Amino acid sequence: MAAPASPTRPDSALVVFNRFGLGARPGDLDKLKGDLRGDPRAYLKAELRQPDIAMIPYDDPAYAGLLGSTAAIQASMAASFQRKLDMQAGTRQATMTNVAAVPPPVAPTMPAVASAKPAAVAEMLAKPTTLAAGATKPVAQPPAAPPAPPPIEARLFQAEAQARFDKALKADVGFVERLVYFWSNHFCVSVAKDNIIRASAGAFEREAIRPFVLGRFADMLLAVEHHPAMLFYLDNQQSVGPKSRAGNNGKRGLNENLAREILELHTLGVGGGYSQADVTSFARILTGWMIGGRDGHLGEPGNFAFNANAHEPSDEVLLGKTYPAGGQGQAEAALNDIARHPATAQHIATQIARHFIADNPPPAAVTRLAKVFVKSDGDLRAMAATLIDMPEAWSTPLAKMRSPFDFIVAIRRAAGPDPANNPNQSLGWLNALGEPLWQPPGPNGFADEADAWASAEGMKIRLDIAWQAARQVKNIGNPDDTLNAVIGPSASPETRLAIAQAESKQQGLAMLLMAPEFQRR
Amino acid sequence: MSLLCEIPNPSRRAVLMTGGALFAWAYMPRFARAANNRDPRLIVIVLRGALDGLSTVGPVGDPDYAGLHGDIALSLSGPHAALPLDGFFAVNPAMPVFARLFKAKQAAVVHAAATGYRERSHFDGQDVLESGFAGPGHVATGWLNRALESLPSGDRVATLGGLAVGPSTPLVIRGSAPVLGWAPQYLPAPSDTLAARVLDLYSHRDPVLAVALKRGLDADKMALGDKMDSMKPKGGLDSAAGMRQAAQGAAKLIAADDGPRVAALAFDGWDTHVNEGGATGRLASLLGGLDGAFEEFEKGLGERWKDTAIVAITEFGRTARINGTVGTDHGTGTVALLAGGAIKGGRVIADWPGLKPAQLYEQRDLAPTSDVRAVLKGLLADQFGLSAAVLGDKVFPESGSVNPMRDLIT
Repeated sequence: MAAPASPTRPDSALVVFNRFGLGARPGDLDKLKGDLRGDPRAYLKAELRQPDIAMIPYDDPAYAGLLGSTAAIQASMAASFQRKLDMQAGTRQATMTNVAAVPPPVAPTMPAVASAKPAAVAEMLAKPTTLAAGATKPVAQPPAAPPAPPPIEARLFQAEAQARFDKALKADVGFVERLVYFWSNHFCVSVAKDNIIRASAGAFEREAIRPFVLGRFADMLLAVEHHPAMLFYLDNQQSVGPKSRAGNNGKRGLNENLAREILELHTLGVGGGYSQADVTSFARILTGWMIGGRDGHLGEPGNFAFNANAHEPSDEVLLGKTYPAGGQGQAEAALNDIARHPATAQHIATQIARHFIADNPPPAAVTRLAKVFVKSDGDLRAMAATLIDMPEAWSTPLAKMRSPFDFIVAIRRAAGPDPANNPNQSLGWLNALGEPLWQPPGPNGFADEADAWASAEGMKIRLDIAWQAARQVKNIGNPDDTLNAVIGPSASPETRLAIAQAESKQQGLAMLLMAPEFQRR
Repeated sequence: MSLLCEIPNPSRRAVLMTGGALFAWAYMPRFARAANNRDPRLIVIVLRGALDGLSTVGPVGDPDYAGLHGDIALSLSGPHAALPLDGFFAVNPAMPVFARLFKAKQAAVVHAAATGYRERSHFDGQDVLESGFAGPGHVATGWLNRALESLPSGDRVATLGGLAVGPSTPLVIRGSAPVLGWAPQYLPAPSDTLAARVLDLYSHRDPVLAVALKRGLDADKMALGDKMDSMKPKGGLDSAAGMRQAAQGAAKLIAADDGPRVAALAFDGWDTHVNEGGATGRLASLLGGLDGAFEEFEKGLGERWKDTAIVAITEFGRTARINGTVGTDHGTGTVALLAGGAIKGGRVIADWPGLKPAQLYEQRDLAPTSDVRAVLKGLLADQFGLSAAVLGDKVFPESGSVNPMRDLIT
């Protein structure tokens, strides 16, 4: 579709905060002018130098609810086992009630798994907002049945979502957070798959993505493909080498899912020069990469485990190179090579340029990024710095749409968090906008093109959300001032006029949140 | 023209009062509510967007009115005749309830009224109207909340606190006194006005987004049209149905023995730059909503109606002359509407300034001759016994020279 109206060179503050970052908070534009004397590249690079910038601080008491993936998966396995027992007990009691003189004790209800269903989304959106501002206390809603305590998976998911939103609101520019979301979507898992993923998706991001976003691609790749959430999501748990000890009875065989997605999505890319034989061979190489089960036979439950019994014990040829039989190390060697493959460099460079610059990225920018990828041995910090230095990043019109997550975060940063500072409303908005957290439609993740998000339904829902958000702001300031604070002098005269002429502050703020300068990046 | 107006400019009257009388008023003991068994209530409705007072209560007896207000001027003749209030003023035909209450001496109008704000920004005008401060930019607390706070501790009204109606708390009732929040049980879709304004902006700046949003809105309308009537959302607080519904719910809460005694509502949508309409059209439809809200309060408050005062106020008025798109632009003088069993009604209170070019404020607007703060101070003084000193210092800071308008309450 067509580019937005303004073909002119974008304002550098908008490049910093919209193209690279998560949106300006009031005061941020002044910092850009003040602290770094108007050097927007230096401002962005400063974030890359902050130690542990990508990490969620585990020692912060606010994040006491977060668990490592192993503990989270163990908790989920235990809860799932308990639910099974409860269900069986409930069934037995139901059959006994005919003969029992005394009513049996009430069986615990089976907790429902919280998943994003369209009806639930509509209900979330339809719920009236209660006031929580200052001295205002909300009137109790009509009494409903007290909700059952959420299953452990939902509680963990909520704590992880809270941590992610907190981090986004506190980020200075948010470039590194944007890199986290990019990689998290590149190596996505989906909570729709199973409760085990619902419990561990946040931990997956914290363990396999965050530590490596400014590190080496090969290290991130190894961490991701070792991670129990990924092994479970892409079914490697099921995969058994046909000639392995476990495969000898012929009951279970090879599952190619993980191998195919690593080659097609994670590294080389479609058309990256691999064949079906490579996929099958790689699948055999990956056999035995599993998660320890509840019984503890393979090792610690919920942790990565190498099951030698399921591993195909043979030499394998992948992309023309022979990997001698060698247990777990066989796949590690293969992954190390694929991470450095020229097709991988090209694929990653294209995706990064598409994400940060334009749907159809300038070829020169892709070439430059690919070169840096190869030359630096996949140094993602060098890639980020290259992106910042790239003239195309500062000259290409801001034609992309903010993704739903970026839009919601930008709203919260511009207008302040919702009074309860609770992630539920943001999560509901994400569901409504078609980007439910950690729940992409497939292993290829959420779309990254503007058209995917500038849909008719999407824009209507953005309008609903902008209005709802604007009405919730306590002590709403003058929207003209907010416009100056988060968009700055480059706001178009039409936007400026539309906001100045709004008939209330709420309407003016909603106009700002819908303005092209706020939607585009 | 002032022969038709009952009470002269209150500030001019105040100047005529002796110092002794002022002193006496300021330190008069609190209104003896317990003695006459009154249980007073005050409801403030903020009309956001600047209400055209000249199309709400038209000076049909003013020879210059029809010429200035053109096609949207109210008239006593024709198919949509305005409802006469006295020999000079008539109310928009969309407000039959208000006209009936007026006849029953339970409604009054203060015309050519304005706050102390003389600029034309909605945001600043609303800050001044709701904060009660002399200038814009004070947004931490509102005058209604500070009035609650100024009541003696243990006072019944103060203890029961206030009520804020709607999805966001209006500034007028924000502050440290306790306020209950309530919103009708639906998510109002964003107003058609907001959608139209965003679409207009996109059409100028971002045609791709304009097409997408337009299609989304159309699909939404079609989907709603298919559903049963009861499934339709009632609409936001800028729609007639939404205003009525908000008042219905608020009346229930205020009528309760232990319910709040003061309430604030904010109705949107009064910024009528284009195709405003007069006796019919967009403004009339909104006024019908406000009239519906008066009716719901009358019905819902039951026995308590007799102790209730409702005041509807707006940040400023609109230009006296209609503009090139049959609407009006931001102006100054407008109306404050009073209703309720406690109102000493049946009167249009105005020191009518006239509508000749030289009589208009900046040759554009109805010149303000009454101060909205005087009206509000009068209501607070007579309903809750707040002294002029407290009203002039704390509730409306630095407004000592604006005297409470007396005798608004029976």
